[in-house]
Amino acid sequence: MRLRRLLLVAAVVTALPALAAEIPAAERRSSYTFMTSDTKAMQDDDTANPGMLAAMDGETLWNAKTGQANKSCANCHGDATESMKGVTARYPAFDKALGRPVDIEQRINLCRKDHQQASPFANESRELLALTTFIGKQSRGQPITAGDDEALEPFVARGHELFTQRQGQLNLACTNCHDDNWDKHLAGSAVTQGQPNGYPEYRLEWQAMGSLSRRIRSCMTGVRAQAFDFGSDDMVALELYLMSRAHGMPIETPAVRP
Amino acid sequence: MASALVNVPSKARRGTVIEIRTLMSHIMEPGYRRTAAGDLVPRDIITSFSCRFNGEEIFRADLFPAIAANPFLSFFTVATESGKFEFEWIGDNGFVANASAAIAVEA
Repeated sequence: MRLRRLLLVAAVVTALPALAAEIPAAERRSSYTFMTSDTKAMQDDDTANPGMLAAMDGETLWNAKTGQANKSCANCHGDATESMKGVTARYPAFDKALGRPVDIEQRINLCRKDHQQASPFANESRELLALTTFIGKQSRGQPITAGDDEALEPFVARGHELFTQRQGQLNLACTNCHDDNWDKHLAGSAVTQGQPNGYPEYRLEWQAMGSLSRRIRSCMTGVRAQAFDFGSDDMVALELYLMSRAHGMPIETPAVRP
Repeated sequence: MASALVNVPSKARRGTVIEIRTLMSHIMEPGYRRTAAGDLVPRDIITSFSCRFNGEEIFRADLFPAIAANPFLSFFTVATESGKFEFEWIGDNGFVANASAAIAVEA
């Protein structure tokens, strides 16, 4: 009797529908395509896109000497239009010394600590967002390649696990909305595929720039889950999976989103 | 780190209508919001914007708490002669920012 019940449970488990497959490359759509023409126009015009203000501030910071080493980003990396081209498209990237992936915000703060001997910028600070926006802008139009590095495989897998894991009081996984229902609406807003190709982005709702981490945290708060901390292993793994899921999509930084 | 983006055509034919667009970096804190501790966040907005052409004021706007962060202002004028547009934003807490742009008007 007990064995039969076990078998029944096993049969039910295997009969559950498989998790939705990843969105095929040809069907990947930037959140840009879900926006109204007004918001699109705001992003397309570099003199109307508020993200360009952050990029201008970032350029100033790029050239400013700082820390005990009294070095600017430009002292080592030179002309950002050359050296930073495609960088945002391949982050989070594997850091050999740490043995784990780091996102672009962590990379900047590591650079500040190790090479400029300066204090790290706070998460979501104006300075950090300005620099990540300026660096991200150098990758505009570049295809996303993050996750190609073989060393990242277990971290991408962890990110995928988190993406498909139900959580929070609403008991929803990322995949339930962003793979299964991206063509539908939640209240008046498009659900979208949750593609990370425009970060940092200017969000009209926030009236400010924000990172991918911030966006993930507000999604997690939305399903009433405990949001991952900025820079935590799970946060970076999820960011990495999102980027690998958007493989080949062009970077739009600084994007404008509703 | 106040920065402005100003979009003025670098040249125009005399008598044509031209569009001027300005984007100013500012948080535009309305003064009605409270922190998690319940304290009122003091108002910090741009209160006035003006544009002068060759010293003469051609456009002015008053701004209020309901205006979004990073105000974007667009307006039109007629290109009459070559010269310089000067823009000025004035706000709370002694905020002042300036920008300028030149235009060459051809017959």
